[in-house]
Amino acid sequence: MAKLKGWRELPCGAIITDMAAVKENKTGAWRSKRPVWDKEKCKQCLMCWIYCPDSSIMVKEGKVIGINYEYCKGCGNCASICPAKAITMEKERK
Amino acid sequence: MSGKGNYNGKGAKMILAKTGNEAMAYAMKQINPDVVAAYPITPSTEIVQLFSNYVSDGEVDTEFVAVESEHSAMTACIGAAACGCRVMTATASQGLALMHEMLFIAAGLRLPIVMAVASRSLSSPLNIHGDHSDSLASRDSGWMQFFCETVQEGYDTLIQAVKIAEKANLPALVAIDGFILSHCQERIETLDDQAVRDFLGVRQPQYNLLDWRNPILVGPATLQDYYFEFKRGEIEGMNQTLPIIQAVQEEFGKRFGRTYPALEEYRCEDAEAVLLLMGSACGTCRVAVDRMRAQGKKVGMVKLRVYRPLVWQLLKESLSKFKRIGVLDRADAVNSYGGPLFTEVTSVLYDLKEKPQVYSYVYGLGGKEFSPDDAIAVYEQVLSGKKDELVTYVGVR
Repeated sequence: MAKLKGWRELPCGAIITDMAAVKENKTGAWRSKRPVWDKEKCKQCLMCWIYCPDSSIMVKEGKVIGINYEYCKGCGNCASICPAKAITMEKERK
Repeated sequence: MSGKGNYNGKGAKMILAKTGNEAMAYAMKQINPDVVAAYPITPSTEIVQLFSNYVSDGEVDTEFVAVESEHSAMTACIGAAACGCRVMTATASQGLALMHEMLFIAAGLRLPIVMAVASRSLSSPLNIHGDHSDSLASRDSGWMQFFCETVQEGYDTLIQAVKIAEKANLPALVAIDGFILSHCQERIETLDDQAVRDFLGVRQPQYNLLDWRNPILVGPATLQDYYFEFKRGEIEGMNQTLPIIQAVQEEFGKRFGRTYPALEEYRCEDAEAVLLLMGSACGTCRVAVDRMRAQGKKVGMVKLRVYRPLVWQLLKESLSKFKRIGVLDRADAVNSYGGPLFTEVTSVLYDLKEKPQVYSYVYGLGGKEFSPDDAIAVYEQVLSGKKDELVTYVGVR
């Protein structure tokens, strides 16, 4: 783990400039329900991508290719907004 | 960003009759902020209402966001300010109370939002008139707080506050006493629109949420490891504000001929008793001092204009010269050891070797009249040194 910075070294305002730190901190373990994406039903409208608060909808060349479960917290916004009902929320089982 | 504007050549330097609210709205028009998000509440309603007229008439370039509550107003202001915009709003009383949690976020994110407040009491019982309970209850939110004596001072201070806030990277609140200033007309000297815009320049934000080339995370969760460090930085930001305030004052004075020290002494030379207070009642006390001086009584007034940052250096320097001091609070701290300003003043004076006698008075809650005669009665008591109660509630039956 990197050495913790002192207050004088921090940027003005509660901001994080080192986006790598955000990537390192995997938050997907918080999830109790997972969105499951149905490729067949998906109309590629990208509404889920717009509404996802955590960039967890993976998009390649303008098309949804899946969901990044390393960061998805299971809020369900994508399932709720999807006009084609291509995303359903399923219980996490372990 | 601000400063460009569709400046139409109107609004030259003039002498006008304006109420406090009109003057605040006029200052906002001249500032031409990028975004104003606000919700109306008495007695500050007119500030926003009149400003929205300027928006409709195309006299400003502002994006005006009509929101559904003060909580949303401050939230919208925070979002816009984080995107580098110059942002303003106005509120009072319950509206400021509803903004409360967002006030801390604005300060913690170091966003220079400027807010006009037409000071008003807090319910219950319901009262729409002027006292300082609303702003003083927001004391620890990390906002700079300015209390104005006159409409002219309110107008000038609102303009200055934009520059101060942007230099300090902290939000600022400019309070005019509800109704006493907000709804009473005064002769004021306005500045030229372009002069205001030249004075302020364009905001240079510390960061910009919309700068996609340099992505940042604004308002992250920081736990035991970093929260305190970020807060320490914010506190230091406030610690550094007094020189900024003084420098902007000086520049404003040089350009426009009007200055307002953070702490002003009025006829305090050889004074045996002084009253310390904030807001419009300073004018009342000037009248009282003049009358008493005419009778040969040695009294003076100390006006505190800046409540946050607490200008303890100036308070200590000024108040240590006097034997007897009355501190007048237009708000109560409910069973504190004296009014809110009183407790801070006595703390400031605690380490003096020779301590003055300091007395606590609470006056004018809910807009209760505070006349020169009331002030004279307080002066007489402070001069006599005979005061048994910890807090005296002026004029309460």
